[in-house]
Amino acid sequence: MEIFNVLRQPWPWYIAGPIIGLSVPLLLLAGNKMLGISGTLRQVCAMCFPANIPFLKYKWKDQIWNIFFAGGLLLGGFIGGVLLKPVTIPPISDATLNDLKLMGISYEGNILPTEIFSWIHLLTWQNLLIVVGGGFLVGFGTRYAGGCTSGHGIAGLSTLQWPSFVAVVLFFASGILTANFILPLLLK
Amino acid sequence: MRNFLFLLIGTLFGITLLKADAVSWFRMQEMFRFQGFQMFGIFMTAIPTAALSVFLLKKYKIKTIDGEPIQILKKKFNWGYVYGSLLFGIGWGLTGACPGPVYVQIGSGLTIAIITLLSALAGTWVYSYLKPRLPH
Repeated sequence: MEIFNVLRQPWPWYIAGPIIGLSVPLLLLAGNKMLGISGTLRQVCAMCFPANIPFLKYKWKDQIWNIFFAGGLLLGGFIGGVLLKPVTIPPISDATLNDLKLMGISYEGNILPTEIFSWIHLLTWQNLLIVVGGGFLVGFGTRYAGGCTSGHGIAGLSTLQWPSFVAVVLFFASGILTANFILPLLLK
Repeated sequence: MRNFLFLLIGTLFGITLLKADAVSWFRMQEMFRFQGFQMFGIFMTAIPTAALSVFLLKKYKIKTIDGEPIQILKKKFNWGYVYGSLLFGIGWGLTGACPGPVYVQIGSGLTIAIITLLSALAGTWVYSYLKPRLPH
């Protein structure tokens, strides 16, 4: 099973990038859908707890495609992370790992740092702020901004929409500042 | 049947994000610190691939599988794009995840990411509730 072993290796950016890019025309061909993942969060809210909020009262059944797309992401995570479990540790740059080590974060090929993202370590105020506070801002901010990395970053930029350009520059700048200046304060 | 197609595209997207390490908190920290090329390489190939594909779909007037013309909705700017993006960036920097990777993380067996997802859902809900009172 040569191909199986090849697929288990970390995929280089020049393979992964084009596949990710192709999801834009594929979704258009499959039914005129614009790639966008944060919309699924609104969709789940509208389906499960609409609470008479006007923004959550729309014909979500017409948008049910994005629940299937999100289901695919879950399935893809299972296939990629369990069935095609990586055999080698993806190489993160030494500079990053050293910086993180100084903040008490170790790396052994894991996707999430166990010092922050694990059931036993979650209940410190710093970790709750990172996981719950950060997660909250991802949901709040993407809806406020009308999209996330996929909707603005990939779909919006590739269809030359300037509002998406504004969004990408700002969320990227804000991410840089947060990762470099706020996160270290919380991890010290 | 149609929805199966969306599931399939999502699956391909999810496998790719995982195998390219784009769901890794460590990879995001590397990107935000400009210490590695992987994430930049992904964006710099994904966006032109998507742009070229869309250009070709339009140029050759290719129809959807239902025979409809391809339609690309124009996004209309409002100030929410500015405030929202700044807030999202803080969340992205902390959790190392945008919405797509959270689903992929859960699928790969990281149950703790369910907390990230529930928090994001709470964020979306609170935004929806406050929307009429927020500046846009």
